[in-house]
Amino acid sequence: MLLWNLARRTGIFVATLLASSIVVFGLMAVLPGDPARVALGLNATDSDVAHLREQFGLDQSLPERYLDWLRGLITLHPGTSYVTQTAIGPEIATRIPVTLILVGASMLVAIAVAIPLGTVMALRHRRASGLALSALSQVGVAVPTFLAGILLVTLFAVRLGWLPSSGWTSPQDDFEMFARQLVLPALALGLCQGAIIARYVRSSILDVLRQDYIRTARAKGRQPAQALIHHGLRNAAVPVVTALALQLVYLLLGAVVIERVFVIPGIGSLLTDSVGLRDLNVVQDVVMLLVAAVLVINLVVDILYVIIDPRLRAAS
Amino acid sequence: MTATTPEGASHHDAPSLRGRRHRRRWNPNLVAGSVFVGLIVLAAAVSFVWTPYDPTQVDTSARLVTPSVDHWLGTDKFGRDIFSQLMVGARTTLFVGVISVGLAALAGVPLGIFAGMTSRRWAGEVTMRFNDLLLAFPSLLLAIMLAAIFGGSTLVAMIAIGIGSIPSFALLIRGGTMQAMKSEYVLAARVVGRRPVAIGVRHILPNVSGLIIVQSSVLFAIAILGEAALSFLGLGTPPPTPSWGRMLQESQTLLWQAPRLAFIPGIAIALAVLGFNLLGDGLRDIFDPRLEDRR
Repeated sequence: MLLWNLARRTGIFVATLLASSIVVFGLMAVLPGDPARVALGLNATDSDVAHLREQFGLDQSLPERYLDWLRGLITLHPGTSYVTQTAIGPEIATRIPVTLILVGASMLVAIAVAIPLGTVMALRHRRASGLALSALSQVGVAVPTFLAGILLVTLFAVRLGWLPSSGWTSPQDDFEMFARQLVLPALALGLCQGAIIARYVRSSILDVLRQDYIRTARAKGRQPAQALIHHGLRNAAVPVVTALALQLVYLLLGAVVIERVFVIPGIGSLLTDSVGLRDLNVVQDVVMLLVAAVLVINLVVDILYVIIDPRLRAAS
Repeated sequence: MTATTPEGASHHDAPSLRGRRHRRRWNPNLVAGSVFVGLIVLAAAVSFVWTPYDPTQVDTSARLVTPSVDHWLGTDKFGRDIFSQLMVGARTTLFVGVISVGLAALAGVPLGIFAGMTSRRWAGEVTMRFNDLLLAFPSLLLAIMLAAIFGGSTLVAMIAIGIGSIPSFALLIRGGTMQAMKSEYVLAARVVGRRPVAIGVRHILPNVSGLIIVQSSVLFAIAILGEAALSFLGLGTPPPTPSWGRMLQESQTLLWQAPRLAFIPGIAIALAVLGFNLLGDGLRDIFDPRLEDRR
């Protein structure tokens, strides 16, 4: 039953991935105008355009082009950019670790903020301090990541001069610089997500606190915090873990914006730069990569659900 | 783009709140949310008839003026009045919110009701798989892709945010519909032979209207964040139409000289999002105190 369920979810994942590749390709193909002409600009001659069309196989039929594109993605050779004429594969490959480091560091910040904050908010939910923290998290939810980035830059880079305002250094080249440059973007992304995740933590712990086994532990003389730590945290973790995984999608999208704020050469800035250059096949590949990442995250969450919670196993 | 938590801000003990009569009279979320949202609606409405200056009027003699009697919130690097831009920007924000949330509701509500009502397994399955496909395209990604094709505009932002918000509407309404389908009045309507469309419109829709209102408010907040993020990336509202997100983006190069250029639109965005989130939480308490247990 469990295996059948996992197989079904994987099947849905593959089908959705294929369907979304058709959507991405289809949207890019309905483009009003010729991608070769768009890439070359207004001053291109007809022969230049024809040459580019031939070079990139744009003279083929749509199904052929779709299959070619798909083959390129699956074999990890996604072709060359219309505009810069450089290979897209290596370009993406050098940028993936940058975005992953940023997302990973932000996730750590978010967890470090969310778990203590959410726990305190839940334990004190009827007291002024709990309500104040709750209001604070509500404000955190309302602040867009790019605003958080700008505020942090204003404070720590402009006013105090403690940290660099933007840029990226590879950890192999200069680890100290790398760490200093990572702090502000990771905080900007992580604090906002932390505020959101803290609210999941809070409601999850509040649910657990109402359970009979916590009441029993309290009746036996445990303090609320003790009862929670010994009996409740593990139970509260299930919805929080899935919330964390789902928030990864938003961290990834937030990274697209934050990379722009802090001039970080990751996947997000490749995407926004390519939009600016109207480099459509790069946009198409990067969007597909991000869509695939979103789907993988959703699949992992689905599988986690099934594995962690035996009740869901039976229900589906 | 950030999302809001599905849970309400306040956890109540459900039994004391069951039934509308016993609800708390004083609902701080609702009041605070209404005040913030009301301020923004007021600013947008007044901006149609009056702004202190023309928000797009460039005045090279009054660049980067600090707040004064003449310019309440100062001017930007082109000498444009910030307060006027903020007022007209509220219009853009609300416009994007109304259209995108309306679009999401128009598509998501029927989809959710259909998926919740249908007794044919394959039909429900197909609807949910369609929803899965939509979920793979978060608003920001969709907007970036559309902007690459058609160029950035307010319309592209609204469509992308609207489409991106359909799945959450559909999933929520499907849950509400499935619950309403179990009720006796729906059973009675089916027994007397009412057609499914009639049952959906006459019995299910009024029952899930609370969900729709609450979700609209929450999605409105997400739409505001989305529009701001897109304008910040230069893919949303094009100049010269004032937009809070673009005001922030333009301020980024001037953080050293005039950080207030970033703070002012930033606070406006945060207040708007906070307002709609609080309003959503407050409405949730009114319409269905048990809702917070449901995803």
